[in-house]
Amino acid sequence: MKKTENMVWRFFASVKLALFSLLILATTSVIGTLIPQKNPPEFYIEAFGPRTAQFFRLLDVPDMYNSWWFISLLLLFSINLIVCTIDRLPNVWQMVVMNNLDTPPDRLEKMPNRHVFHARGDVESIAKIAKGILAKSGWKTQGENNPAGSLLFSQKKAWSRLGVYAVHLSILVIFAGAIIGSLLGFKAGVMLPEGGVTDTVYETGTGKPIPLGFTLQCEGFNVSFYADGTTPKEFRSTLKVIDSSAKELPPAKDIIVNDPLSYKGITFYQSSYEPMQGFNISIVNKATKVRQNFQVPFGEKIHWPGTGIDFGIINQQVRSRMGDVDKLKVWFSDGQGEPSIFWMDNNAKQTISSPAAAYEFQAHQVYATGLQVAKDPGVWTVYVGCILMLTGLYVAFFLSHRRVWVYIVREEATDRCRVLVCGVSSKNKIAFENEFSALVECFTHDSTFQNA
Amino acid sequence: MNSSQLLGITTLAYLLSAILYIAIFVFRAKKLGLFATLITACAFLINTIGIGLRWHESYQMGIGYAPLSNMYESLVFFAWAITLFYLVLELRYKNRVLGAFSMPFAFLSMAYASFSPEFGKEIKPLIPALQSNWLIAHVITCFVGYAAFAVASGMGVMYLLKDRKTNGAPGTLLASLPELKVIDDIIHKTLVFGFLWLSAGIITGAVWANAAWGTYWSWDPKETWSLITWFVYAATLHARFTKGWGGRRIAWLAIIGFISVVFTYYGVNFLLSGLHSYGAR
Repeated sequence: MKKTENMVWRFFASVKLALFSLLILATTSVIGTLIPQKNPPEFYIEAFGPRTAQFFRLLDVPDMYNSWWFISLLLLFSINLIVCTIDRLPNVWQMVVMNNLDTPPDRLEKMPNRHVFHARGDVESIAKIAKGILAKSGWKTQGENNPAGSLLFSQKKAWSRLGVYAVHLSILVIFAGAIIGSLLGFKAGVMLPEGGVTDTVYETGTGKPIPLGFTLQCEGFNVSFYADGTTPKEFRSTLKVIDSSAKELPPAKDIIVNDPLSYKGITFYQSSYEPMQGFNISIVNKATKVRQNFQVPFGEKIHWPGTGIDFGIINQQVRSRMGDVDKLKVWFSDGQGEPSIFWMDNNAKQTISSPAAAYEFQAHQVYATGLQVAKDPGVWTVYVGCILMLTGLYVAFFLSHRRVWVYIVREEATDRCRVLVCGVSSKNKIAFENEFSALVECFTHDSTFQNA
Repeated sequence: MNSSQLLGITTLAYLLSAILYIAIFVFRAKKLGLFATLITACAFLINTIGIGLRWHESYQMGIGYAPLSNMYESLVFFAWAITLFYLVLELRYKNRVLGAFSMPFAFLSMAYASFSPEFGKEIKPLIPALQSNWLIAHVITCFVGYAAFAVASGMGVMYLLKDRKTNGAPGTLLASLPELKVIDDIIHKTLVFGFLWLSAGIITGAVWANAAWGTYWSWDPKETWSLITWFVYAATLHARFTKGWGGRRIAWLAIIGFISVVFTYYGVNFLLSGLHSYGAR
């Protein structure tokens, strides 16, 4: 029993499994980039034939990244990470906190970087000088005297050995954030016409209605274009939250792509828009300053009650296939003289003069703004994981645990001491070799120490 | 003088630089060394000014943005990053033969940017999704990583060449290459550097996606391929650190990894469709 347990443990702690899961995740991930994801079943029958489509459905290929087998692979990967960390961390931790003054002399003699000096004087005073030299190069020493002599030890960045475990942990933190998001959050969307309100959004994929718990109003939408007339420059929606339960409401906010609105953990992103068949018209009588707003459909004659004014949009010129109106043709009459017929730009003002009065005529095509709505309480956990990952990678790759010892022993039958300077680095050996040589150089410059 | 002229000159200068380094390697023309370095440094300077001027020109056109927004601009930046990376490498290892295996990448990137009819070179205004400061962070982190991986694959090729005749007698062509141990060390360090930047590139992309669309990860083909590349290099580094792999195997993995990078960068744009289609134009 013990033996099987041990074998299972070794299997989950093995680097082989880590390599296997990394490569199998890489290979299987390719499938979902070649076969379009999350399309309706008919798409796959059409594109691949009924038999293949059936096979795909069996293996959840149309939504493979959420399939049982892909999630299982991620789970296997996580278990591997956890087990291997539990397996190795205690030893590494030991390396971080260990008392290096216990290092036996024969180990010191075998260090990859070593240099032997001779020095005259007693052990204690030589140790003091050596301490000073080490301190000058930034090595803070601990010392211990034993019957044979004196041992000095110093280390830098022992904690850097933990960097790789920070990276492993960061992956688990990111997964945790993703799980929090998928359990407690949602992704949804809604189309909201200008002036319209909604207290419900619709889940992406399923279309399931999700109550917001407050009301959102779209006060206005505007799309602007660059000088070329076809490249959109900005989509801007003015959104307002209406919430009877709140003491203080946020002011209306203009959202654009890359600058969303958040309220009570739910964020509204500008995602698309739809031009609608209709116009907001405002007419001002310039003499009396009387203003009237209308919502008018295309191609209908509208009467301003109490006046002799009739008008209508009789033609329009669209900018794109979506139906953005660029220019519109207006028919306008106040019953005096000839009716005015003219083209004007969408969103522009036009002055109309008749024998009786002058009017300012403004037209704006009605739009619906397309909002993406997300609630993801896990996102900050994911970001913490990301920062931990980058920090961990930096520590794991670029910082190293460096240790140096100076071992001073009185040589028998002479009046001098043997001084062994040695050191080792957990990585970046070549850089440490240089650092070590520089340290040895410092010893050489001190007259106490003679090369052996 | 406008930016496209400067970037045209850059292409030629990188060609000259690549030829010089290859000549240094093939003909053991060590005398050309300083000249090659000077040409490369000048080319890099012109490349830098070209990017800066294009940036400035976009502001003059009233649509100011960092020139990192499409295939053309990213290729130009890719060449820039490769050259910078190489120059640092040359400075550190004091070996110009490395240039013969690095600078051709910079030239190919610039040449493809300049001569390919597929994508426009003119300065075009940014669509709303790209109007974000994350554009700069995301593109720079990704391409610094890609540049390191390009150089690592060049070093991988160099390793495999040298390893064919391990006992390259003094005076032969391959003897001028650094020792296998040194090449192996360069590959390893370069991969490690690239991996850190690739990770940062994926993360900045995720943060940006969350700011723009409310999802930090959507398994879009571009995202997925960047993750595949990340898996490949993660596996490579584990094989090295814990299984002690080195030499030929890591050299091959450096080449395979870069193929994955090229597919992430280029293949996805043209062969697969997805949210991240800006790069294709």
